[in-house]
Amino acid sequence: MITYIIRRLLYAIPILIGVNLITFALFFVVNTPEDMARMALGMKRVTPEAIERWKAERGYDKPLLYNAQKDGPRKFTETIFVEKSAAMFAFDFGQADDGRDIASEIRTRAGPSLAIALPVFVVGLVTMISVALLMVFFRATYVDTSGVVLCVALMSISALFYIIAGQYLVAKVWRLVPISGYSGSWDALRFLMLPVVIGVVSGIGAGARWYRTLFLEEINREYVRTARAKGLSELQVLFRHVLRNGLIPILTASVAAIPLLFMGSLLTESFFGIPGLGSYTIDAINHQDFGVVRSMVFLGSVLYIVGLVLTDISYTWADPRVRLE
Amino acid sequence: MLPFKPALLWTDLLMFVLVLALLAVTWHIRRREHLAAPWRKVAMSRAGMASATLLALFAGIGLLDSLHYRPALPDEPVAAASKAAAETRYAVELRSVLDLLLDPLPSQVETTYSAPLATRAFNKTVIEGDEGTQRDYPRLRYGGAHLADDRGGVAADVAGRALSGALGGLAAGLGALALLALLLSPRRALERVLAWVTGNGHDAVHWAAWTLLGVTTLGGVLAALASGYHVFGTDKVGQDVLYQILKSIRTALVIGTLTTLVTLPFGVVLGIAAGYFRGWIDDLIQYLYTTLNSIPGVLLIAAAVLMTQVYMDTHPESFETVTARADFRLLFLCLILGITSWTGLARLLRGETLKLRELEYVQAAQAFGVSSWSILGRHILPNVMHIVLIALVMDFSGLVLAEAVLSYVGVGVDPSMISFGTMINSARLEMAREPMVWWALAAAFVFMFVLVLAANLFADAVRDALDPRTRVRGVA
Amino acid sequence: MSQQPLLSVRDLAVDLHLAGRALRVVSGIDLDIGRGETFALLGESGCGKSMTALALMRLLPDVGAIAGGHVRLDGEDILARPEALMRELRGQRMAMIFQEPMLSLNPVMTIGSQIGEVLTEHLGLSEGAAAVRTIELLQSVGIADPVRRINEYPFQLSGGMKQRVMIAMALAGEPELLIADEPTTALDVTIQAQVLDLLKRLQAERGMSLLLITHDLGVVANMAHHVAVMYAGQVVESGTSAQVLHHPRHPYTRLLLNALPEVTGPNQRLATIPGQVPPLDGGIAGCRFAPRCSWVQDACHSQAPEWSGASRDGIRCPHADTLPPLPEALRSMNPAASGTPQPPLLQLQDVRVHFPIRAGLLRRQVGAVKAVDGVSLSIPPGRTLALVGESGCGKTTVGKAIVRLNTLTGGDISFQGRDWSGLQGEALRARRNQVQIVFQDPYASLDPRMRVADILMEGMTALGVGNSPADRLKRVDRLLDQVGLPSAARWRFPHEFSGGQRQRIAIARALAVEPRLIVCDEPTSALDVSVQAQILNLLKDLQDELGVAYLLISHNLSVVEYLAHEVAVMYLGRIVEQGEAKLVLKRPQHPYTQALLSAIPRVDIARQPQRIVLAGELPSPADPPEGCHFNPRCSYADRTCRQAYPGSVIADGRAVSCHHMVLTGGAYVAAPVKPALAPDN
Repeated sequence: MITYIIRRLLYAIPILIGVNLITFALFFVVNTPEDMARMALGMKRVTPEAIERWKAERGYDKPLLYNAQKDGPRKFTETIFVEKSAAMFAFDFGQADDGRDIASEIRTRAGPSLAIALPVFVVGLVTMISVALLMVFFRATYVDTSGVVLCVALMSISALFYIIAGQYLVAKVWRLVPISGYSGSWDALRFLMLPVVIGVVSGIGAGARWYRTLFLEEINREYVRTARAKGLSELQVLFRHVLRNGLIPILTASVAAIPLLFMGSLLTESFFGIPGLGSYTIDAINHQDFGVVRSMVFLGSVLYIVGLVLTDISYTWADPRVRLE
Repeated sequence: MLPFKPALLWTDLLMFVLVLALLAVTWHIRRREHLAAPWRKVAMSRAGMASATLLALFAGIGLLDSLHYRPALPDEPVAAASKAAAETRYAVELRSVLDLLLDPLPSQVETTYSAPLATRAFNKTVIEGDEGTQRDYPRLRYGGAHLADDRGGVAADVAGRALSGALGGLAAGLGALALLALLLSPRRALERVLAWVTGNGHDAVHWAAWTLLGVTTLGGVLAALASGYHVFGTDKVGQDVLYQILKSIRTALVIGTLTTLVTLPFGVVLGIAAGYFRGWIDDLIQYLYTTLNSIPGVLLIAAAVLMTQVYMDTHPESFETVTARADFRLLFLCLILGITSWTGLARLLRGETLKLRELEYVQAAQAFGVSSWSILGRHILPNVMHIVLIALVMDFSGLVLAEAVLSYVGVGVDPSMISFGTMINSARLEMAREPMVWWALAAAFVFMFVLVLAANLFADAVRDALDPRTRVRGVA
Repeated sequence: MSQQPLLSVRDLAVDLHLAGRALRVVSGIDLDIGRGETFALLGESGCGKSMTALALMRLLPDVGAIAGGHVRLDGEDILARPEALMRELRGQRMAMIFQEPMLSLNPVMTIGSQIGEVLTEHLGLSEGAAAVRTIELLQSVGIADPVRRINEYPFQLSGGMKQRVMIAMALAGEPELLIADEPTTALDVTIQAQVLDLLKRLQAERGMSLLLITHDLGVVANMAHHVAVMYAGQVVESGTSAQVLHHPRHPYTRLLLNALPEVTGPNQRLATIPGQVPPLDGGIAGCRFAPRCSWVQDACHSQAPEWSGASRDGIRCPHADTLPPLPEALRSMNPAASGTPQPPLLQLQDVRVHFPIRAGLLRRQVGAVKAVDGVSLSIPPGRTLALVGESGCGKTTVGKAIVRLNTLTGGDISFQGRDWSGLQGEALRARRNQVQIVFQDPYASLDPRMRVADILMEGMTALGVGNSPADRLKRVDRLLDQVGLPSAARWRFPHEFSGGQRQRIAIARALAVEPRLIVCDEPTSALDVSVQAQILNLLKDLQDELGVAYLLISHNLSVVEYLAHEVAVMYLGRIVEQGEAKLVLKRPQHPYTQALLSAIPRVDIARQPQRIVLAGELPSPADPPEGCHFNPRCSYADRTCRQAYPGSVIADGRAVSCHHMVLTGGAYVAAPVKPALAPDN
């Protein structure tokens, strides 16, 4: 088990290097820092000095891969690649365009992101599983069919609609909660309620429908017939036998998503003005702050890989047949 | 001396390539009973048939909007004078056949907001009238302009137009059915039309007929109203919302289908190669897709789109027109969406190929010394094709929804391109106005919902018919 | 039968609703099962026997429904019970076990909790009491160390153990009737013997009734007091099993028995039943067996035969008693060509195929699954060598090594005296036509997306057999004719054919490139008895006609007996006994061969040898036992056996690898050693 985890973590290294190379290529090779400076400063009437200053401020004034002017190992270290890309392995993300330290910004913003994403995740999972079980219990009746149709309809609605309609109805017309905003204390509950509900509702259609098929697949297996042959009631069959097996893919798939909860939700956070990582990312995209976007890409990849390892571990925990080696 | 000059955008070209490919596949399938049988099951599904009809109508609109041309400019006096310059000059702006059909809707631009079916603007402005200047809601330039008295006669006019439009639409729908029936079997056409309309058939085809009639009736109403009003109102710059909706359909279709053109070769080739060859090829491909998967999708798209933006800004000379520029960005968006989404298909196919390669008919081929690539092409590919098809139809709706979100985030299509995403993006700020400007948003959401719902229902029908196990796989 | 039967079924009908059509899969079944009796319901696949069993428990799948009839348990019609009350019967008065023990247990629950569930549900035991009782139950079904086992999961048990657990679970509610649906079909023959013995013992001990659903005539002969034979949803004949098996009256039963190689004997053609079971979607006017019956008369096609006789002793054929005997075999088969020893066509010399096991941080090889570990064989041209053994013994791996579908770890193979295992690339490809293979599963061995002609031409094209496409197409026609299919079949797809027809296509595919040797990997084990006979006849005919040699891989010794000239018995990657088929099968010398032969349930119980019950199951080839691989299961095993692997000696005209072969009067025979190891379960 330990060997397995170590091996998986070692395997993460080439992946992160790959991610790093992709972002490096995307941000510095396809377009040079020169291009970026030009765009940031406006296309017309840019003096070469202004561009140089812009580059120097951000440390983009060095060569990409090989610095001929330095000597020794510094020929390689004093380059954009090492300082901007490779440095991320040490979680040194540098500064944003507004001069703030990206790493500390990420630390402070992870909290609000989690405050939304975690409840959405937990409440959503429980709701989707319950709805799916309900449909499976009433399978092949009109409860099930109309449930499926409703799910398909729900998943055909744009996430933007859920947010906009929710904000309009609940916050603007009914005035039940504030439209947007956030606060650090328990007061935040007021602000979080609506986004959490919206987050759960918008995910229910796709999730419940998928879980339903997972459960249905289990219910057609032969061990279920054995359980019925024992004289168990349909509810006992469902909760004791089907649920346990059907939950395995659900739990492991969910575990993979847990680390990514830190990344926050782009739409929800920006609509509700929550100072999390999602809105941070959106702002960075809108302001074309490449440093922040690069950092978030790297962070996302790290969290994804953590999720992969957690998935494998959760398999051994959820499914006695799986032994990692 | 054509009055127009055909113009082919990259996305147009690819759309038509796709249509041709689709026709070729259909022809191929029709000739093979075992391939056609599952599709006949789709024809047995009511929701499948109804949604297929809707999708076909959407596709029709999208394709009409993909036939671009540049209209000839009216001869300028100077040019007309000099006979030597016999060359006709064409407009810089591209128009599509759809624009032509909708004429004069595209050009009926008001000054600013107006509500659906309104005859007057949404805001008061200073009007200079006979009795001096006053602040009032001015009459619209086009909406209800045919009415002498716009205060009393609107309801009656609208009702009259709607009724005649509905009847006309219904008649057109019946006409279309009759035409179709004539094409299918000239002798028993009437019988067929009757069976379709009354639902006496034993399959679900009449659902398609009913959907068609419903849509043409509704379309008739819309068309009749649109000839005198802005059915869904106008937006901030006075553009007709109905027109924007119709234009958005093409964008959604392009995103939903062209992306799969990118996904397909990557997903299929890499997926089955990884599963069949195993070993280092498998390791490499798995590494590739794990790496790509590990980058948060939106961020990768954002980064790539930002970079294209930089490229387009620094190379303005490469793009003749604004449309070409927007088209380039659209194509690039499809490309990058495809690159981020082939991994799911590849993983699926890898798993299936791992199972297939152990099957005995593959081993029998190996025992004949058949080469690996022949085995892949002859045995593996045809036997995973149903997965590919299911994945493609399932992906479509997700991509349409994704476009809206990406455009909202600012990394979707070019802001100058009309799409559901850009419509929602520009309309959402209007929610804060009092009274609220809701029509553009509502129209965009409703049409997007109908399109995505139809796509989802169709995908369900296809999956039920094609998947031997009839189950949803966790398509990422 | 004087007393009232425990279970009485009258006119039971079951419908399956598939793709909008109703199939009457069971139509009007009458059964009477007495107390303490073993009643067998015999039939080939698709005859409706499993649906009958499920209907009795009211456990039909969602698409199935009972369409009529009565099922009386102790006089009470259980079909009238509401579902909630039906549950009280299931698991308590009637229990059921299924064919696939590996799929029938919940994979994520411990076996203790799966058995305990029945005890707490039906007997109202507390958790603690249930655990104690569970251990007793596991002990009674012969599971060693039950205290440890109750906390294990199904995947930690072997197939045979899982079926024992299923039986324990069924017994937990102390049922009066146990329904066993093909309980041993998925198991190896030695394990089958263990499980059948167990069922027999438990049934006798508890005086419970056993309804045994099976396709295996040998199992019926060995287990059942009474039997009902099903065909196409109906019972066609019933009676005591001795009566039905030895004096069959219905044409179907007669043909079925004569299709068995064991009954017919090696030098005769097997009886075959042409055609297939008619579709069950109604519209059958006459006798359902008429289209396939050898004695068919005009009236049979129009008049549905009535049941005559008692429900437990009757027949559904008005002509049964006036039928002439089955014509003697159409022609006697050529006796095995003997005499001049020919140079071998194929020779295996110490062949090893190991699959590496990797572990640790760097995925270093830490061991190997020694699937094949030093096998030497030789096959003369035009003859059949059978490779027999239980699943997991490595016989299929040998077959694939011969066809060059896997790589050898050691040893070499020569073909027609020339190197074969060393050939690579073009050189290999140029000779691939010489050795071909026919697989077990006719459903997986034909590409569903290719037409028959394309399937048959694939090899011809790849190996350059035939000059032009037209020429190849001509060959396709000839091949189809050779394997008994109409040439119209060539433009059809595999799914349009039945299992037996598909196997014919697979044989034609192998023949297409004119091989000298065909590896037949369990060619009939996925087929019904009547179809099996057709394929065996075909293989024999083709050998006579074309002089092709076969390597027959099989676990079915009666098939081997019928086809093979020579037999090699394989155990855990090595050959333990090898020689002329008659000698090995009639007078087995190696203790394993003896046990294997004794485990096969014979239809003719008089010929059933004294059962030698093997303890335990096949060990893992990754970790074979020290010394003789067979020693942990062998009753003769002593210290020598646990220390060294025995060398091969010639005993009684065949090669045997056993320490207990002693020289007596010029021949080795198995030494009469007292069993040193009592079977532990």
